[in-house]
Amino acid sequence: MEDTIAAISTTTGVGAISIIRISGSDALEIVNKVFTKDLTKVKTHTINYGFIKNKEEKIDEVLVSVMKAPKTFTCEDVVEINCHGGIATTNKVLEVLLENGARLAEPGEFTKRAFLNGRIDLLEAEATMDLISSKAESARKISINTLTGETSNLIKKLRSELIAIISNIEVNIDYPEYEDIEVLTNDSILPNVIEFKTKLEEIIKKSEDSKVIKEGIKVGIIGRPNVGKSSLLNSLIEEEKAIVTDIPGTTRDIVEGNLILDGITLNIIDTAGIRQTNDRVEQIGVERSLKIIDTSDLVIYILNNNEKITYEEKELLEKIKDKKKIIVVNKIDLENKLDKSLLDNYIEISVKENIGINKIKEEIKRLFNIGEITSNDMTYLSNARSISLLKKSLNNINESIDEIKNSSPIDIVELNLKEAWNNLGEVIGETYTDELLDELFSRFCLGK
Amino acid sequence: MNYEVIVVGGGHAGCEAAVASSRKGHKTLLVTGSINNIATMPCNPSIGGSAKGIIVREIDALGGVMGEVADKTLIQMKMLNYAKGPAVKSLRAQADKITYPKEMLKLLNEEKNLTIKEAMVEDLIVKDNTVYGVVLDNEEKITSNIVILTTGTYLKSDILIGNTRTRSGPHNEKPSMHLSDNLKKYGFKILRLKTGTPPRIDRSTIDFTKTKREDGDKKYYTFSHTNPPVYNIDNQQPCYLIYTTEETKKIIKENLNKSSMYGGLDDITGVGPRYCPSIEDKMVRFSDKEKHQLFLEPESLYYDDIYLQGFSTSMPKEVQEKMVHSLPGLENAKILRYAYAIEYDAIYPTQVKPNLETKVLNNLFTAGQINGTSGYEEAACQGLIAGINAALKLEGQEPLILKRNEAYIGVLIDDLVTKGTREPYRMLTSRAEYRLLLRHDNSDLRLREYGHKVGLINGEKYSKFIEKKNNIEELIRKIKETKIIVDNEKRRIGTTVYEYLKNPSTNLQNIIETYNLDLKYNDEVIEEVEIQIKYEGYIKKIEREAEKMLKNEEKQIPEDIDYDKVPNLASEARQKLKEVRPLNIAQAIRISGVNPSDISILLIYLRKHYNE
Repeated sequence: MEDTIAAISTTTGVGAISIIRISGSDALEIVNKVFTKDLTKVKTHTINYGFIKNKEEKIDEVLVSVMKAPKTFTCEDVVEINCHGGIATTNKVLEVLLENGARLAEPGEFTKRAFLNGRIDLLEAEATMDLISSKAESARKISINTLTGETSNLIKKLRSELIAIISNIEVNIDYPEYEDIEVLTNDSILPNVIEFKTKLEEIIKKSEDSKVIKEGIKVGIIGRPNVGKSSLLNSLIEEEKAIVTDIPGTTRDIVEGNLILDGITLNIIDTAGIRQTNDRVEQIGVERSLKIIDTSDLVIYILNNNEKITYEEKELLEKIKDKKKIIVVNKIDLENKLDKSLLDNYIEISVKENIGINKIKEEIKRLFNIGEITSNDMTYLSNARSISLLKKSLNNINESIDEIKNSSPIDIVELNLKEAWNNLGEVIGETYTDELLDELFSRFCLGK
Repeated sequence: MNYEVIVVGGGHAGCEAAVASSRKGHKTLLVTGSINNIATMPCNPSIGGSAKGIIVREIDALGGVMGEVADKTLIQMKMLNYAKGPAVKSLRAQADKITYPKEMLKLLNEEKNLTIKEAMVEDLIVKDNTVYGVVLDNEEKITSNIVILTTGTYLKSDILIGNTRTRSGPHNEKPSMHLSDNLKKYGFKILRLKTGTPPRIDRSTIDFTKTKREDGDKKYYTFSHTNPPVYNIDNQQPCYLIYTTEETKKIIKENLNKSSMYGGLDDITGVGPRYCPSIEDKMVRFSDKEKHQLFLEPESLYYDDIYLQGFSTSMPKEVQEKMVHSLPGLENAKILRYAYAIEYDAIYPTQVKPNLETKVLNNLFTAGQINGTSGYEEAACQGLIAGINAALKLEGQEPLILKRNEAYIGVLIDDLVTKGTREPYRMLTSRAEYRLLLRHDNSDLRLREYGHKVGLINGEKYSKFIEKKNNIEELIRKIKETKIIVDNEKRRIGTTVYEYLKNPSTNLQNIIETYNLDLKYNDEVIEEVEIQIKYEGYIKKIEREAEKMLKNEEKQIPEDIDYDKVPNLASEARQKLKEVRPLNIAQAIRISGVNPSDISILLIYLRKHYNE
């Protein structure tokens, strides 16, 4: 009985439908917990319409394919959820699945299972297998590098508090005759567990609130009309969301596009061209653009290689002096008229000729320290993974509190505490199993 | 003279090994340094304890003898952790240090396939990495198909008291001088370990009015699954509780550099157990603690030694005198035997396979302290498994390897052969990840069938087990059918007893009495049924986890795998895998330093090279 894995199996941010694949012996049971229809009663290889819900809240309207073992890709029970609600919703659906018992799949893990279960032959699997092997090291990092140092320290601290409670229970069990060890009763551990719960809840909130994870990075593209802001946006997000014309001032509203860069969502905002104008509608656009500069995390400021720098542009350069910014010189395929000596750091591109776009992406990554890891989506997903593990721990803690209140024996109470501790350990990649014993021996004075 | 099995050492491991092998019909020789010292208890006068008591039950369930002998010779019995949960209840007996070895010797003498010989073994007969017998200190050779080493603390052992180091076994017995060097010569890696024992005090010189009396339980218990109790609950020996004083602390601090471990000797290499520190260790490591708890435990009804539990030390004798006299009630106490530390050789247990045969020499098995463990129960259970597996090997049968979800014995052996140990290994409930399954109450349900299958559980022992098992099934069936209409406060219940029992505040015995239910079963059956139903949800959850592990146990790793040929393994993982040579993926996962990605790589390699 392998554990059940889940992952978004389509490229995120591209295409209208995202598919989440779940594979493993509990696949049906897990999806059934969050689906509006009873999937245990449906036939294999059917598609089912309904909603994914988190408790009572409906998250997305979906189609769910049920494929029971062995005639599936992995030879295990497989469920696929077709989500319609865009990347944020899809991620939310995945999180709910992880909270309900699925584990986030490692890169290539579905293929690995297919191979190990004899579903695909070596030739088909070779590429993936090599990828898994060579990515082994980065996969190890993935699980631990996504939480900020601060959060990770908080979790370490939480774990050590929890292990103190657990080892107190353990020492009572393993050395029952020691009178000088405080005898733990359910009443005496309850305040500690409740205090622990409060702290855990705080961290979950903190993790969820973490701006980068939840909202991504707000990127504002600014520049005079017709320098190629919308074109750049389009080539960044590779779809025609903004309307591109050669008439200056076409973009009057702020257009948003999403780009997933190593798992971090970039919300790209294309502003109306900044230009002194008397046009009423456009005037509002300019005001909003200036506002965007203030509220965005990163400004991409585009200048036209083919035109001399204007007074307004110089003024704008001054305005963004202290911001996190990337200065881009577009249209380098055309004749240079721009005095680049005014700029100290810039990237030369041509959207039309598709030159230098990747340099912008690289610079964004550099500025925000996104991903030493190159495999797509993992960063965001491991955050989802971390949060789901934190939530699992919280569930364990809640259960243990119920058990304490129901006067369950301390040994039973401890089961959930230990599971919470293990889940927290997984968040930060600590699986050192002798930690508990070390704690026992270092904190308590025992012996013959 | 040729034997099928030679057991070297007559301690708790050796006795179980010898009995198992001879009861399985194999001509067995037990070689011991001294027949008078067979199955002695050189340290604490108790058998069982948290987790250890469950091991004794497991030994009994499989057909070992420790439990029966302890039952016959105990002078106090307690059920530990009674209120802390079903999985952690465990028996501890104060065993009589005179009658326990006597009973064991009597039992050994009754085995018709077993011969006992007094001699020291100093070497093995080895040819082509296979053992063919033993060589005694007088150079006499005795041949056998299999040798089981259960040498305890006797390999090159040194007694340490203050600044003196004396080559000697416990209590001035003769150690084996050359066996560990010879093992090294054959390729074993040798580990130096250390343990200690507290002073023994003359009972008549203790003022017990200054102590707190600790009595045995007022309920009958046995380690045995078959035999009725033979002791009298009203006639148990008490233990006594005292605490160290300010004066004790002062004496230890002033004399610390005289302790063998703190400067008295500068050539100590042995690693001592963290869970069993000497009193000076405790004073140093927990210096902020005002006092430390000590127990006065009677060693026997037949002599006056009182064991001072918690006071093991390697201080010189004159300091020990002062330390003991600083204790309440022991102001005028006479020390009959001084405390000492002992250093001894063991082998790195990762050189042993899960059947307890060594990887270095074929047909050589090891059990007990030589494998790095500490404790009578830990030794005995290994002895039993080594004895059974030696016999099974002679018979050409598959070995008995207990899994981590089946027995503490399985946890213990797997820990040793998979993770190794650097300090004397003691069993703790915390070591068992599936401990909810490894209970005192269900030891027979877990292991009796194995005992039967290997031929050690027959006749009454087996039939009583079958009867209990049937009764349990019958009772569960009945309470699923029996409905409680109203409770004794006339509240409407309307559920089956089975459902009603899931409520934490209910108790099956009470339900049966209150409702006059026609369910007449003995306490054991009722307790078992109650635990199974009350904790069903938890038990199922743990069982599911265990199943995942078992699935990985099924994924065998071929014995001939060359880890140097597996691409991309992390170098630490590669080295550990080469050292441990796990039998299956589950065992590989448990090796520290082997990461999930290494396991993936290994699985893929196995699939590529060994399937289709």
